[in-house]
Amino acid sequence: MGLITQPDPATAVSYNPQSQEGWITTRLDFLVNWGRANSLWPMPFGTACCAIEFMATAASKFDLARFGMERMSFSPRQSDVLICAGRVPFKLAPVLRRIYQQMHQPKWVISMGACASSGGMFDSYAVAQGIDTIIPVDVYVPGCPPRPEGLIYGIMMLQKKVMQERMSNESLRDEFIADPTSQLYIPPSRIDELSEPFGNSVHQTRSAP
Amino acid sequence: MSKHSTPSFTVVRPGNPGEQPTTPTGIAHRGGAMNPSVEALRARFGSAIGRAEVVWGDTTVYVDRTKVAEVAAWLQGDPDQSYEMLVDVTAVEYRDAMRAIEVVWHIRSLKFRRFLRLKAELPKDGKTPLSVPSVWGVWKAADWMERECYDMFGIEFTGHPDLRRILMWEQYKEGYPLRKDFPMRGRFSRSEQLRQALAANPEARYSKEELSIADAFEDLPLDMRRRLGGGEQTGE
Repeated sequence: MGLITQPDPATAVSYNPQSQEGWITTRLDFLVNWGRANSLWPMPFGTACCAIEFMATAASKFDLARFGMERMSFSPRQSDVLICAGRVPFKLAPVLRRIYQQMHQPKWVISMGACASSGGMFDSYAVAQGIDTIIPVDVYVPGCPPRPEGLIYGIMMLQKKVMQERMSNESLRDEFIADPTSQLYIPPSRIDELSEPFGNSVHQTRSAP
Repeated sequence: MSKHSTPSFTVVRPGNPGEQPTTPTGIAHRGGAMNPSVEALRARFGSAIGRAEVVWGDTTVYVDRTKVAEVAAWLQGDPDQSYEMLVDVTAVEYRDAMRAIEVVWHIRSLKFRRFLRLKAELPKDGKTPLSVPSVWGVWKAADWMERECYDMFGIEFTGHPDLRRILMWEQYKEGYPLRKDFPMRGRFSRSEQLRQALAANPEARYSKEELSIADAFEDLPLDMRRRLGGGEQTGE
């Protein structure tokens, strides 16, 4: 448990002789992914009780440093993974988006707990119903709040995801910013018409501007 | 130590000298000893003071909504009342549509160890404005409490120096969330709520003067100068 030292044949990037990609590039992918997965610096965005469990995860008993998360990076510009622990009210939505935009690529997001993932029990006028309406999310950790084991499992899932990434995939790091003048642009109201309600509210919609 | 170490504020304990305060037990729901300030208020302000009742040992007195600031100033300043501390300002709206909205002030006298609850009724008859005088001039603690009460209930505190929303963002358009006619999930759709929230610029909370960069304005990058120069406002 902890540091990844060997490629997991089920998940890691491996050399396929039939592929046009050569041995060097696939090995390099593994090396880069290995380095990234084992040194994810978290940017803690703790807004509620989930942040207390996150602190417990980072403290000595559960020891997040085993995963290369030696350093809580309270600067978004020096972090790799944004861990949103807690509910995000609408007033905080532009702040969360700004922090995500300030992070450098490569970057990942863990949505910790029920409130960050779906709004949880706070189906009210003040709380965003899931941070995936604001920023893209890689791993959702359920729980209210999740135990440290749950968060560690989410982090290990993220490590597996990092290990599968290919540098040849050029779209991997694209941040889609919708251009309203483009023909491909779908206005949020149209997305709401086309998609089913989701989450715990009949008023909840999928569109994010 | 200098002479400044002598406290100028002396606590006058009610009852016998040396008597220690005790926690009262077995308090009746209704009835009980009324706060003596109520009689003093009636003698001083007459018809501006409405009914008074004792609930769970605490005295509630209804005050004419236009006279609140004068009553508060007298209660705070009169040496026989000496309500130094404003504990809370809030409002109550009842589900009964005929019942008035009540604005509530909780005040406490540290000197006489008394608690008093002032209430002002704002009838929902469509004619009475939802406004009461601000007590900011009496207790500075009222500043944020009145802002919160305005934010959540839409009650205007006349004379407040800076009556803005405090919990919701300033461009919030959906109304006053704690009113009974406010739907729990808000009036707009989720996507519209999120769109309006995300339109706010999180870095645009302060004016140029507040940022104390007026002197260095010319040295700033062009885009910052453009943003700050126009008296930057939040949101849309």
